[in-house]
Amino acid sequence: MADPDTPAPPLNRPRSRADLFVSFTVLALQGFGGVVAVVQRELVERKRWMTREQFVEDWAVAHVMPGPSVVNLSMMIGGRYFGLGGAMAAMAGMLLVPLVIVLLLAALYSGVAETPVAGGALRGMGAVASGLVAATGLKLVGALAKNPMGLVVCAGVAVIGFVAIAVLRWPLFWVLPALGGSACLWAWVRLAPTGAASRSPENQA
Amino acid sequence: MSISLTPTDWIGLFAHFTVLSLLSVGGVISAVPDMQRYLVAEQGWLTDPQFTSSVALAQAAPGPNVLFVALMGWNVGLNAGGGLTGGPAVWGLAMLGVCATMAGILLPSSILTYSATRWAHRNRELRAVRAFKTGMAPLVIALMLATAWLLIAHHDDPRRDGPLWLLAIVTTLIVWRTRLHLLWLIGAGALLGALGWV
Repeated sequence: MADPDTPAPPLNRPRSRADLFVSFTVLALQGFGGVVAVVQRELVERKRWMTREQFVEDWAVAHVMPGPSVVNLSMMIGGRYFGLGGAMAAMAGMLLVPLVIVLLLAALYSGVAETPVAGGALRGMGAVASGLVAATGLKLVGALAKNPMGLVVCAGVAVIGFVAIAVLRWPLFWVLPALGGSACLWAWVRLAPTGAASRSPENQA
Repeated sequence: MSISLTPTDWIGLFAHFTVLSLLSVGGVISAVPDMQRYLVAEQGWLTDPQFTSSVALAQAAPGPNVLFVALMGWNVGLNAGGGLTGGPAVWGLAMLGVCATMAGILLPSSILTYSATRWAHRNRELRAVRAFKTGMAPLVIALMLATAWLLIAHHDDPRRDGPLWLLAIVTTLIVWRTRLHLLWLIGAGALLGALGWV
C-alpha cells in the first residue's frame, strides 16, 4: 500500500496507440465480472498513468455518460493522450479480443450449460467478482479525503446513495440527478474562487 | 428455436439498441430489463434461457460486461439461421447479429461521450466541470459498493449461501489489503464453486 505521507513520484504515460491497445487488451482479459477493479489496479497502482483522485473523477464521468462505463473510461484515457486515434485504440483493445473469447465460450458453453460443475464455477466466480468490486470501492474511499466538499458531506452522499440504490432499489435515473445534482451544487459552492484556493491547495495540479 | 428476420427486422434490431445506448446511463446493465422486454416478450427472437445465459456467460467471461449485448445478437442470428446445425450461413447471420447489436449499443454513446469528455477536458479548470467531478465522486464510490452488493445479495439463503458470502468477504479483504493478482482469486472462486464448496 502506498504511504500517503511520502510525496508521490511523477506519473507515467502510454508510449503509443499500440501501447494503449495492448494495455487495454491485457486489462480486459483480466476482468471477470467487471473490468473496473482491474483498471484501478493496473492504471493507478501498477502503470501509474493516473492518480487515485484522477481515477475517481474519470470514473464518475464515464459512469454518468450513457453507454458501457469501462468502454467510456478507456476512450477518455486513450483520447487524452492520443486524440481520436488513441480513444479508438483503447476502445478496440477493451473490446476486440474479449469479444472473440466470449463468442468462443458461448459456442463451447452450449454443451455444458446444464452441468452442476459449470453452474458451480459460475457461482463461485460471481462471489469473487462481488468482492473485487467492493474492494475497489473501499480503496477509492481514501480519495475522498482531498474532496473539497469535506469528509462528512462525502460520507453522507455515499451512504444515502448506497441505501437508495442497493437497499431501496430506486432507479438510477432518479437517484443520479437528484443526489448527484445536489452534491455537484454543494461542490460548486465550495469551489467558489474567493478563498477557496487557500483551502484546497491540492487542486492546483 | 428457429425464426426468420426480414432486412427491416435487422434494421429494427440495430435501431432499438441505438436508442438503448443513449438511455443506458450508469452502465449498459441498467438497460437489461428493456432488452428482455424487446427481444423475448415483444419480438420473440430469443428464448428466456437464451437471454439469461447471454448475460450470465458474459459476466463470467473476461472483458467488459457490455459483451452480453454481442451474445444476444449472436443468439438472434443463430435462431434466424435455424440453430447451430444450419451450416456456414448460420455463422454469417450470427456475426450479422453481433454487428447489429454491438454497433447499436456502442456508436451513439461513444460519439456523445467522446465529444463531451474532450470538451470537459479542455475546460477542466472551469468551476462547473470541477464541481461536477467533485460532487459525483462520493456517489460513484457508493455505486460501486452497490454493484458489489447486488452481485451477491440475491443469494439470500443463510444455510446454503453462507460460504458464498464468506468467499466474497475474504476476497474483498484480500484485494483491499494486498496486491495478490486478481486472476488467482477468480480461479480460486471458480474452483471452489466447481467443487461445490461455496
